[in-house]
Amino acid sequence: MSVAAIDRPPALPRGWPRQRILGYALVCLWTAFLAGIAAYLILAWNGELFAKYAPGYVSGLGITLLLVAISIVLGAILSVPIAYARMSKNRVLSGLAYAYVYFFRGTPLLAQTFLVYYGVGSFRPQLEMVGLWGFFREAFNCAIFAFSLNTAAYQAEILRGAIQSVPRGQWEGAASLGLHKLQTMWKVILPQALIVALRPYGNEIILMIKGSAIVAIITVYDLMGITKLTYSRTFDFQSYVWAAIIYLVIVEILRHAVEWIERRITIHLHR
Amino acid sequence: MQSVWTLLSWGPEGWLDDIAYGVFITVSLAAATLPVGLVIGFLVALAKQSDEPSLRLAGNIYTTIFRGLPELLTLFIIFYGAQIGIQQVMRLYDPTAAVEVNAFVSGMIALGVVFSSYASEVFLSAFRAIPKGQYEGGYSVGLSGWQTMRLVVLPQLIRIALPGLANLWLILLKDTALVSAIGLTDILRQAGVAARVTKHAFLFFGVAALIYLLLAIISSFGINAIERAVSRQQVQR
Repeated sequence: MSVAAIDRPPALPRGWPRQRILGYALVCLWTAFLAGIAAYLILAWNGELFAKYAPGYVSGLGITLLLVAISIVLGAILSVPIAYARMSKNRVLSGLAYAYVYFFRGTPLLAQTFLVYYGVGSFRPQLEMVGLWGFFREAFNCAIFAFSLNTAAYQAEILRGAIQSVPRGQWEGAASLGLHKLQTMWKVILPQALIVALRPYGNEIILMIKGSAIVAIITVYDLMGITKLTYSRTFDFQSYVWAAIIYLVIVEILRHAVEWIERRITIHLHR
Repeated sequence: MQSVWTLLSWGPEGWLDDIAYGVFITVSLAAATLPVGLVIGFLVALAKQSDEPSLRLAGNIYTTIFRGLPELLTLFIIFYGAQIGIQQVMRLYDPTAAVEVNAFVSGMIALGVVFSSYASEVFLSAFRAIPKGQYEGGYSVGLSGWQTMRLVVLPQLIRIALPGLANLWLILLKDTALVSAIGLTDILRQAGVAARVTKHAFLFFGVAALIYLLLAIISSFGINAIERAVSRQQVQR
């Protein structure tokens, strides 16, 4: 037997093996499904309805993005002390931070939102005393409050994981160069930690955008709220289809943006 | 003024029995969704790791759609969409037919597709962690493709995928709270009813949150036990 006969790789499967038939069938099914939706949207097109409800969708989208942006920023600010407490050597401090994180990661966001939105009524006298009742009467503010606390817990874990992924030697090296703690954190640790943290942060933003749909239940007219309102007025199912398309587009844009940023900031790591 | 303990007691005065029923619904919904989600997720992962580009494309479309949609929207689309769709079909035979779709089944389907799209990613990365030599070894001792999968790859796959799947189970448990929006009497809905009747909203929603926390703690004990059992089977090297 010659060597060439042994080394020859197996011939690629030609024709129509079972997998290919199945794959083509499934792709055809998806194409038919998506084409069906497109055809449905074209057939169900109603210029009058569109003119009436499209502005609502735009403002709903704005509310969704605003809600997520404020919550993410407030959560990011709040997550710094939590992550610090979680990493501290003080047992009480780290225990408290752990309990906070465990509570907010272990219970549904919807339950937390209800707890804030319906629950603040129980503390009305106290809140009126400190002048915060006006703030909590608005459903939108309640949603921001609950979402910020929730995302702070998740972001604290992301931050902690990223900072702890930087090897100890980096701290020691910076200390031996005479940098103090804050300088080390800012100039040495964070730039390395943020590369690790970028993808989880991106996922957290996506989760918040998807999670923010639940504010529709507490009467905030975000994208989902507008969709529910439109459906209850028109009984036209395309209101949900449009919302689905908008959410999908936002999430896909974000996902690709995160991937693009990650490619850019890790250029120095590729060879 | 009723005391807190009266409100949280068992029986016609208190609300504990109603909330316990909600816990039953939540747990059974999550438990019913899990096998469906795992099987679909595994099949989608199989499609995504195959050599056939069209199969990979079909699997990727599935994940992209159901990971990109908010869970609540998926739930509403399936709940109302199924209602309208079935009604249209029924009208062909009986013009006066009115269809009511079961909220439990819609919840199961919606949570199942979301769970499976995330599970397929977990399975996919587990597939990638298994070296090619394992398949080749299986073939070289004369096992068929299916036997290699069942006897060689799957036992290793489960061990690698377990932490990710455990995480997804905890997420599933929390996502079941959404079915209260389509009228299923789960923990959160029962707590909401109790809060409306008694005006003690903070108390009842707080109890609901603590029950979810308790379920998560119990699950993590269960998960630890499973992980220990699985790692005991591992061959010592």
